[in-house]
Amino acid sequence: MAAPDIQIDSRLEDLAERPPLGVIAADLVRRQPLGAAGLFIVLVMIFMAVFADFLTSYDPELNAFEDMHIAPGAEHYLGTDQFGRDILSRIIYGAQTALIIGFVAAFIGATLGLVLGVSSAYFGGRFDLIFQRVMDVFMAFPLIILALALVAIFGQKVENDVLLVIIAITIPFVPNCARVVRSSALAIREMPYIDAARALGYSHARIILCHMVPNVMAPYLIMVTAFVGQAILLEASLSYLGLGVQEPTAAWGLMLQGGAEEYAESAPWIAVFPGLAITFAVFGFNLFGDALRDVLDPKLRRR
Amino acid sequence: MTKVYSQIAIALAAGFALVASGAGSDAAAQNRGGILKYIIPSNPPSADAHRESTFGTIHPFAQFYSVLLRVNPSNPASTTDFKCDLCVGDVPKPTDGGLKYTFKIKKGVKWHRVNVTKNTPAETAKWSKAIGGTELNAHDLVATFKKLIDPPKGVISNRKAFFSMVESVTAPDDFTLVFKLKYPSGAFIPALALPYNFVYAKKILDTDMHWYEKYVLGTGPFKFVEWQVGSHIKAERNEAYYWKGQPYLDGTEAVFAKKYSINMQAIRGGRAYIQFRGFPPKMRDDLVKALGKKLTVQESDWNCALFMTPNNKVKPFDDVRVRRALSLALDRWGGSKYLSKIAIVKTVGGIVFPGHPLAATKKELEQIAGYWPDLEKSRAEARRLLKEAGQSNLKFVFHNRGVDQPYKVVGTWMIGQWKKIGLKVKQRVQPTGPFYATLRNKKDFDVSMDFNCQSIVNPLLDVSKFQSDTIASNQYAGFQDATMDAMFDKMNRSGDPAEQRRIMRKFEKRGLDEKAYQFITLWWYRIILHRTAVKGWKTSPSHYLNLDLANIWLEEPLLSAK
Repeated sequence: MAAPDIQIDSRLEDLAERPPLGVIAADLVRRQPLGAAGLFIVLVMIFMAVFADFLTSYDPELNAFEDMHIAPGAEHYLGTDQFGRDILSRIIYGAQTALIIGFVAAFIGATLGLVLGVSSAYFGGRFDLIFQRVMDVFMAFPLIILALALVAIFGQKVENDVLLVIIAITIPFVPNCARVVRSSALAIREMPYIDAARALGYSHARIILCHMVPNVMAPYLIMVTAFVGQAILLEASLSYLGLGVQEPTAAWGLMLQGGAEEYAESAPWIAVFPGLAITFAVFGFNLFGDALRDVLDPKLRRR
Repeated sequence: MTKVYSQIAIALAAGFALVASGAGSDAAAQNRGGILKYIIPSNPPSADAHRESTFGTIHPFAQFYSVLLRVNPSNPASTTDFKCDLCVGDVPKPTDGGLKYTFKIKKGVKWHRVNVTKNTPAETAKWSKAIGGTELNAHDLVATFKKLIDPPKGVISNRKAFFSMVESVTAPDDFTLVFKLKYPSGAFIPALALPYNFVYAKKILDTDMHWYEKYVLGTGPFKFVEWQVGSHIKAERNEAYYWKGQPYLDGTEAVFAKKYSINMQAIRGGRAYIQFRGFPPKMRDDLVKALGKKLTVQESDWNCALFMTPNNKVKPFDDVRVRRALSLALDRWGGSKYLSKIAIVKTVGGIVFPGHPLAATKKELEQIAGYWPDLEKSRAEARRLLKEAGQSNLKFVFHNRGVDQPYKVVGTWMIGQWKKIGLKVKQRVQPTGPFYATLRNKKDFDVSMDFNCQSIVNPLLDVSKFQSDTIASNQYAGFQDATMDAMFDKMNRSGDPAEQRRIMRKFEKRGLDEKAYQFITLWWYRIILHRTAVKGWKTSPSHYLNLDLANIWLEEPLLSAK
């Protein structure tokens, strides 16, 4: 009967010691001011994406030619584009596109990389050797080039443009995450508890998923955060090249592409504001990712 | 902002005034000399115009070749004014009840002898040495037209169907060319005047029918100097050209650059003086603002129709009510007003080039579904048809070509129009190659953008896209209609313009309205920008026409520019 009492006491003690959220936030700002700024940008972006319907009264996809090329002003804070669409609305709704593609591509890419990287480290030997050479082949290509090639390959088969972009961005992420995670998993593989699990006759899947994966979560989380920023940039690049999301969907890269060439001189706001949105989003995720790395990496934390 | 727009308007007016006052006037004394630098927003897939259908082949290579007939270079905007190039005198009248045309061929037309340099291909040098300086004759024309009309297996002739009325082409002597027709046809002379009909040397064709795909040797106003694929092409004056005094230029240099922003900057910076395809309206405004009187603007209707093509073979687009609703939703009259500010489209028209005697008048157009003057009535009817067909909440994917002007811009407009009758449409964009593969082979689309660009305005043949797909290989809607085919045939065999027009109206009404197979959205609009010091060239309804460059001359400061 004593043991349960000790457990409850321990939980209560933990709760009592946890400082309020405001204190945590203040502590984060003090210790990681740039990371806090990054987090703020990310939260603003998430807020925009979630509450897009309430933040603007303009339909981001509806043409209103009577309002074409209106400069930023009281009625349209960031102006209108060549189809008369409100640019602020399209930027707000564009955050949905950016986050959906960013999070889904980063999560799937990093998770596949996590499982494959840990498996490669766990099995070692010839499997590891061959698997790593395959990863080398993928990593030999710059991200954007690989993404372009994947759009060319899958573009004929996948009709949904958002899904196509997610596939094209996810696949290049897999080897990047697998390589980083593998290096951490190699050390864990040699731990006595892994030997103990083997000795107890646990299956490979159980050892990998229950005993190794939880111990490489720190690099995994850092990779996910970094990948979100990269995915947003890649999505914008593909859309800018006309290979990503298509009109009339609100997407920042697409907005940039529509405005940059023909209207750079006469209506610069069409390209400038989506460009700024991309810059801030990527900047925010990178700052947040760096801060997360500093917090989660014990070596960096000690400094 | 108002001040800026006023300045643009003034500059535009100045530009138009220049055009009106004869930017291309032949009355002025033409300067000799100078190099015309121009830019081509494409890369030629090959040098053989017989097999290609792109301006990317015409713009760099037309200057090297002669043709039998051409649109009058002094009046290229005309849809009926044809002149002899290699033939003597006026365009001949037919004999034998309209079944025989006899052309007398000019004497003294010489094949080019090119100046061989280290950049001259060995093949060009070899044939230049073999036939350069010898006289072109009717046998060269027979060989050329046989390649066009009845090419041997493995040789592509893109416009073979245009010559379906020809029974034979012969040369009774060295300077007489005779065409015999199967039936009289008003479409024959325009077909002969196609700018793609480069005249090739019989001796070369007899040796290798594919030679002209890679190499150049002609009798045109300019001689070949060098061609760097993907980079540039250079030419020099043919001193032995048969039109006395022409060409005026010492030579030409063309650069290939696909992006329009590069094209615009090239003209702005003086690295190119002209681009012959056309610019979007906003770029015109920017360049006018930047260059003022140094820039001339020439504008015209363009013999290119932008199609909206439902796949008649897939549900629910096999239902005429659904197809009709798609057209009824489009505000063509309003679209013309606004899209003409951001895209290279403008004119509302039916299936015939607007302004041609065979084209529908505005009153006639307004009788066709999708052209009604009352937009609300149109859209109400569209909603009613969709409801009746059980497709009120129709969702589909609109297939488009990955080119901004005008495809993606107009595509985005159309999706917005359809949204107004409750349709939910996603856009799927493909690069040119896969786009055509989808239309021609896979056919796995719901509704697609398509276009029909022609060179010579020849409505009797230009509307061939409305025949059954078993006859017209470029009809991608996938319908078969024997009545349409019979009307097309009757129209082409009729020599009476009034009867042609009467049949054309029925043909148009059936295709666009009653059966609603496929639709015209808007006709293109051509905006040519060039340095004002480029003289002698006049725009036309096609970016394929008037491009041998023989009638262009330069004024200072371009005349002596290096």
